[in-house]
Amino acid sequence: MNDITAAAAAAAPEAARKRHGSLLVQDARTKTRNASETRFRRLGLLAVALGMLALVGLLGSILSNGLSAFKQTYLQVEVFLDPAKLDKTGSGDLAQIAKVSTFGYAPLIQAAMQRAAEEAGVDTSALPAKALGQMVSKEAPATLRNFVLASPEKIGQTVSFSLLANGRVDGYFKGRVTMESAALDRNISPEQLAFADQLKAAGVLETKFNWAFFTAPDASDTRPEAAGLGVAILGSIYMMLIVLCLSLPLGVAASIYLEEFAPKNRFTDLIEVNISNLAAVPSIVFGILGLAIFINLVGLPQSAPIVGGLVLTLMTLPTIIIATRAALKSVPPSIRDAALGVGASKMQSIFHHVLPLAMPGILTGAIIGLAQALGETAPLLLIGMVAFVREYPAGPPEGLFDPAAALPVQVYNWTQRGDPAFVERASGAIIVLLVFLIVMNTAAILLRRKFERRW
Amino acid sequence: MTTSSLFLLVLGLGVVGYLLGRKRALAVAKATGQRLHSLPGYYGQTIALYTVVPALLCLMAWLFVQPVLIETRISAMVPDSAIPEGGARSLVMADLRRIAGGLDALKEAQNISEDDLQALRAETSDIRKELGDVGVAIGSEVQGAVFEAAKAFRGAEITGRFWMTVLTLALALGCFMITLLRIRPEARARNTSETFVLSLLIGASLVAILTTVGILGSLLFETINFFKMYPAKDFFFSTVWNPQFRGGSDLGILPLLWGTLYVSFLALVVAVPTGLMIAIYLAEYASKPLRAVTKPAIEVLAGIPTIVYGLFALITVGPFLRDYIASPLGLGSSSSSVLTAGLVMGIMLIPFVSSLSDDIINAVPQAMRDGSYGLGATRSETIKQVILPAALPGVVGAVLLAASRAIGETMIVVMGAGAAAKLGLNPFEAMTTVTVKIVSQLTGDTEFASPETLVAFALGLTLFVFTLGLNIIALSVVRKYREQYE
Amino acid sequence: MTQTSPKITARNCQVYYGETHAIKDVSVDIADKTVTAFIGPSGCGKSTFLRCLNRMNDTIDVCRVTGEILLDGEDIYDAKVDPVQLRAKVGMVFQKPNPFPKSIYDNVAYGPKIHGLARTKAELDEIVETALKRAALWGEVKDRLLAPGTGLSGGQQQRLCIARAIATSPEVLLMDEPCSALDPIATAQVEELIDELRRDYSVVIVTHSMQQAARVSQKTAFFHLGNLVEFGDTSQIFTKPSDPRTESYITGRIG
Repeated sequence: MNDITAAAAAAAPEAARKRHGSLLVQDARTKTRNASETRFRRLGLLAVALGMLALVGLLGSILSNGLSAFKQTYLQVEVFLDPAKLDKTGSGDLAQIAKVSTFGYAPLIQAAMQRAAEEAGVDTSALPAKALGQMVSKEAPATLRNFVLASPEKIGQTVSFSLLANGRVDGYFKGRVTMESAALDRNISPEQLAFADQLKAAGVLETKFNWAFFTAPDASDTRPEAAGLGVAILGSIYMMLIVLCLSLPLGVAASIYLEEFAPKNRFTDLIEVNISNLAAVPSIVFGILGLAIFINLVGLPQSAPIVGGLVLTLMTLPTIIIATRAALKSVPPSIRDAALGVGASKMQSIFHHVLPLAMPGILTGAIIGLAQALGETAPLLLIGMVAFVREYPAGPPEGLFDPAAALPVQVYNWTQRGDPAFVERASGAIIVLLVFLIVMNTAAILLRRKFERRW
Repeated sequence: MTTSSLFLLVLGLGVVGYLLGRKRALAVAKATGQRLHSLPGYYGQTIALYTVVPALLCLMAWLFVQPVLIETRISAMVPDSAIPEGGARSLVMADLRRIAGGLDALKEAQNISEDDLQALRAETSDIRKELGDVGVAIGSEVQGAVFEAAKAFRGAEITGRFWMTVLTLALALGCFMITLLRIRPEARARNTSETFVLSLLIGASLVAILTTVGILGSLLFETINFFKMYPAKDFFFSTVWNPQFRGGSDLGILPLLWGTLYVSFLALVVAVPTGLMIAIYLAEYASKPLRAVTKPAIEVLAGIPTIVYGLFALITVGPFLRDYIASPLGLGSSSSSVLTAGLVMGIMLIPFVSSLSDDIINAVPQAMRDGSYGLGATRSETIKQVILPAALPGVVGAVLLAASRAIGETMIVVMGAGAAAKLGLNPFEAMTTVTVKIVSQLTGDTEFASPETLVAFALGLTLFVFTLGLNIIALSVVRKYREQYE
Repeated sequence: MTQTSPKITARNCQVYYGETHAIKDVSVDIADKTVTAFIGPSGCGKSTFLRCLNRMNDTIDVCRVTGEILLDGEDIYDAKVDPVQLRAKVGMVFQKPNPFPKSIYDNVAYGPKIHGLARTKAELDEIVETALKRAALWGEVKDRLLAPGTGLSGGQQQRLCIARAIATSPEVLLMDEPCSALDPIATAQVEELIDELRRDYSVVIVTHSMQQAARVSQKTAFFHLGNLVEFGDTSQIFTKPSDPRTESYITGRIG
């Protein structure tokens, strides 16, 4: 640096220094900068608020729509099982009784309703007799018929039943149906609703906890009040069993190889790239795989938990492998060295020492993978799990090949139906699904907390 | 013997092998007075592994291969004349399989002997009715040739099953005996069994590759079939999507791609700024208690299955947008719309973007921040002018990953975007996406011979290539970025 | 050198890191246009104290400062003081060179830009050129001002950081072990630069190396376990330390 530029350079700081004012007074520029700082900060807070709002909105919408699914309106009626209608020959022959279809039971219910109203002192003259019968679910005759077929000796007696009320009546007590909407509805009339109010006052009609929601199978379009999650829950449990039994051993074995044994070469790289890409393949592509390979090529049945389980296993595998490898990596090399140092083989050091220490991490990953699989819908649509299934699958292992539904697919299924009562059912099913997920994730968190180790 | 009982039998043999091997190893050692090379358990383990694994692999392979072999052989038996006008061979084959399955039910219900069953002829008795009586519904009258083929099909299946049982058991027993006889004190049982276990581990890690091969194989195979029936040029460049049941469909992918990209774009417009700002706020500004509440809450958002978002779009966001914005402004009257799906998908992606950005922002070294604060920069100046430019490649990678997710997302668009294939700009209109059409073409009764069904595989392949490409680019960008600070 | 009023005055300064009492009752006067060196064994609090002088400790949640630190007679911990304005006056150079991942030009222009020191591009160019010249880097980089700053060698990077700090025309320059990550040749260059800077700035340097303190500083403060043990002219500290602890450190018995 020569003298002239040095002198010029030295002058510059002196000049600039004069610009610095007192520290105790904020200059105009600092004020503007601080204002922009505040604006930016508020923007960040706004984004956080938006995120929270979305979460609250999402959960709020599901809860407000779905909580009512856990309650159901029932009618307590005494039904006279008229032998003249149910067993015309009087022989008590089950084959003969079975010939009476559900239509044959409808008049019994109608009569029972009439009687219940009279006993409760409710005036039914404003309503035609048929309208009384319509207030009961279309599922009720089937309930009666199943009862009679199970215990034919009860024919001729009067039996007390708790029958499902029609979906519209149920909706009325949940606020979904109003007098105004009923006036426009072919399926229900305001008179019927007024009558329902009176029955409720008389104690004939009551709202109870809806256990059937968890145990009953799906029901057809016209009887949302009878639709339940029984088959779907069972199907989901079957699939989760398959996923657990396959993806955990496979994932752990693959991780052990890749983390502990695999030589660094192009083949190993190929597997690693493969796994990270599989983790990002859209889930629907796995559905296509399931349809093309498991159903078309191998000939496994459609809608079966075994196919769903296999597809979900392949989907979950990358998640479990990634978690397991992280868990194995977190076990310090000193443990391996110690085991090798006392003469254990590499395999022994891993299976006896490293794996048990990594187990909590592996299980946490497995649970998170399972939770993902439980909520997965798209691939199951393609392998036919949308089918309408009313039969419970048999017990495993044969039941794995029977048609079944799955929780998330059942939700989708219900949203595709016309009756708004199914929106309530779908939201209720989501709540059940979320409860399952919360339980699984809590278990994962507790597991991690309990066994968290600091080396 | 059913497959599951065969499976259990082989497993049982394995357990016996373990116990027997252990015992024999000890006995041999005692008799010869030599020390065992390995712990006695390893001798048992070797037998168990050699008994169970090859037998089960054989069983699995058989289960995969047998249907394919039988299918091709029987398919050749059905003459072209047996295929109805305008129908497909695959339909006849499906019927044939059902008839074959029904024969067992028939045999049981009517209590007839195997010979009588073989003597049954489609020409002399009403097979359709008889099968219908035992609960097996057949779509059309059963033709003679088809019925004979069905009987052959059933016969082949029974034979196949028999040989499968024999071979599996023979393999299990053979390996069992050989390994049992080879027990000697000096045999290196531990090494043998460990080598075996190692090969199992390698096998498990190959499942990932097999999955990819399976995906690619099934997509490519059916896509090629599709392009044999439908010109590739029309698929890629036609702007009309209009599948017909009776042939003559227009199956252009452009309207679907447009819908996909439009929805994804809107989703990213929602998710990227919000997610990024959340990450910045939580990393640089938020107080400890606020972070303790919001961070898990955002993570909860990430753990919610997409079906829940789909339902949210369907019952809340869609009607809201329609009733309060689209209808009053006269922009549309449909509750499913591009905006509905985009908005909800954006919410779904927020935690994805924010957690990736969080990692990336935290990877910027503290020294960088100190340098900026030391010069008198405010926090927002530091973020905007130092941290974000430094983190830019990583953030770009995160956005690409989010885009790949958005493109492959199914349930939200199925329930929120609608089904009308349209090339439009109005976000309040219903449009459709690639994934929606894959679902709609492949659900319900699908017939694997029509272009209307097979197009789903071409769509799937396009989707796969798109997301895979985005992903590879994104991962390499992120990896480069990470290396920069390591 | 004429004796003027001190640039920085610290009185009874205490620093706490959570429960730890890191700086205990330190009082010191730092003169203008002088190089003051802080020496002492690792963990003695010299860096902590340095970071108090431009409130860099504010970014650490658990850090608490009491007592008084005056800059030109104004308390820098006064509630009215904006640390942003303070740091424009008191620049800082860090242990490890930390150029931003931007071009050399943008690295130097960053400070002037955020503080609004230049109204036109020409002015900014001039500031950058002056700063680079004063940091003795101009000759090496004038042809590649748009190349990334991270591409320079370690010594060049550190001089870039010094240029970046002086581009905002500070009055005090704090240097936290500026040569610890550099090789001997780069160290010599930076030391020469520090001697140059003394003409215009008050320079405070934390150093691990006693030779360096002896070479560049006029005043030296010796810290030990959070206490300021001894403060005086460098020549006096190194030749006739009055405190036995200082003597032990200088003769290499502690440290």
